Amino acid sequence: MALEFSEVSKSFPTQGEGSLLAVDNVSFRVEEGEFVSVVGPSGCGKSTILSMTAGLYQPTSGEVRVSNELVTGPNAHVGFMLQKDLLLPWRSIIANIEFGLEARGVGREERRARAMKELEHCQLSGFEDHYPYQLSGGMRQRAALARTLAINPEIILLDEPFSALDAQTKLLLQNSFAKTIKEAGKTTLLITHDLSEAVLMSDRILVLSERPGQVIAEIKVDLPHRDQPIKRRVLPEVGEYAAQLFKHLKLEEKAA
Amino acid sequence: MIRKHGIKLTSATILILVLVAWQVLPTALDVPRFIIPTLSDSVVELKRMWTNEGLLGHILSTALYTVLGFVIGSLLGAVMGYLLGMSKFWEKVLSPYILALQIAPKVAFAPLFIMWFGYNSMPKLLVTVLIVFFPVLVNVLQAMRTVDRDLVNLARAYSLTRLGVFWKIEVPSTVPNLMAGLRIASTLAVIGVTVGELVGGNTGLGYLISYGGGQANAAMVFNAIILLTVIGFLLYVVLERIEERVLHYLPKSQH
Ligand SMILES: Nc1ncnc2c1ncn2[C@@H]1O[C@H](COP(=O)(O)OP(=O)(O)OP(=O)(O)O)[C@@H](O)[C@H]1O
Ligand SMILES: [Mg+2]
Repeated sequence: MALEFSEVSKSFPTQGEGSLLAVDNVSFRVEEGEFVSVVGPSGCGKSTILSMTAGLYQPTSGEVRVSNELVTGPNAHVGFMLQKDLLLPWRSIIANIEFGLEARGVGREERRARAMKELEHCQLSGFEDHYPYQLSGGMRQRAALARTLAINPEIILLDEPFSALDAQTKLLLQNSFAKTIKEAGKTTLLITHDLSEAVLMSDRILVLSERPGQVIAEIKVDLPHRDQPIKRRVLPEVGEYAAQLFKHLKLEEKAA
Repeated sequence: MIRKHGIKLTSATILILVLVAWQVLPTALDVPRFIIPTLSDSVVELKRMWTNEGLLGHILSTALYTVLGFVIGSLLGAVMGYLLGMSKFWEKVLSPYILALQIAPKVAFAPLFIMWFGYNSMPKLLVTVLIVFFPVLVNVLQAMRTVDRDLVNLARAYSLTRLGVFWKIEVPSTVPNLMAGLRIASTLAVIGVTVGELVGGNTGLGYLISYGGGQANAAMVFNAIILLTVIGFLLYVVLERIEERVLHYLPKSQH
């Protein structure tokens, strides 16, 4: 199994006394090669779950394991991507893609070779010497994915990577991400606000409650074309899954 | 393209107008030449200064100390800024003192430095270093505080060491502010040297200002001021060029 949360809670110290419980007793597993999405209301601790997987925060209690190893700090198993592309503006695209490899003792030539390969996978050939400001938002996210894939992580963590994009770019990018990730066979944890995105891209969806986040439902998405959200989109069952999520999140009650 | 030409043309026209006014107005308004010398008076005086006062030596001395003071001061400022930027503790401890020193009028230290070090080049160098130090320090420190936390986390997730984060994330992130600090500092450097030379010593354009002032030789003072401005201007232009090269990755704003 690729990722396991067992009874993980996380509280943050607040100003003055007391603390804020962000994640409450969360347990779940993600199998190798699986694509799992996490949805939940804003502020319920989704990003916190991602940060704990990346080893940036330690859980207050419970354990996080990646590839059967206890996560105690940033580690080579995971690569993550946020809504912001976090490309380094002073580096060319190819140098950005190489960035993650530099701290891992990969030689200069191999770095370049691996980065070029990922550049191609992410359909950015010809843009290696461009600088981030010269790329569109969608291309920049693809470059960020290339950088994430270049370090060959066992798990990819995505925190709303498409939410800053317009509807069309989003659809195309979801498709290209899904394809690239499926080809690479990577285990993926996607955090998203977008319920249909979760249905289109995942094998399984975890629904979190309001803060403190708890897993309130787990939905297995039994649909074909995980590698092609554009095809999955037209399936009639998609609406049903979305409706299920809708119900779990009690969106109707909230709107009333 | 036409606009670019237009800018240059207008700029040159203004220069010519100013020069003509300088030449014509003082005589026309009956202002005596020891109050405002005309352009030609100043040019004649410039030639005299060149042959009789060893002008070149003064220019070179001032330019040398401007550059030297600028380099030393900004180096110290940058190093200090980065060190404090890496340590929350020391930044908090030292920030009131930094603020106090930043507010204190640095040029007022010149007489003190002369008392301490005598009439040599040390006082003017020190004043310049001091005056250059703060804008660079403050700009770097400010930038270090505002480095994108997510970029730092990304680097940490990629297993960069603290030093790796510093060199690969923090330093490049702060370069735009550093360059802005250097530009401000370059204009201040000339002030530092000038004050140092005005107050003590017998070399440099600042000295020529006080010497010319003592002799009621306004043309000499005019010439020295113009030459000081040129030195500061050149330093600024060089920095601007460097900045343009270093920060090539920033999108140019459209005009
Ligand atoms: N470093 C931190 N220090 C203190 N509190 C934090 C910190 N990070 C997150 N929190 C708090 O924890 C809670 C969960 O935050 P988190 O960012 O995980 O939410 P989220 O589910 O990702 O929300 P969104 O969907 O809006 O991105 C929030 O109330 C937030 O204020
Ligand atoms: Mg979030």
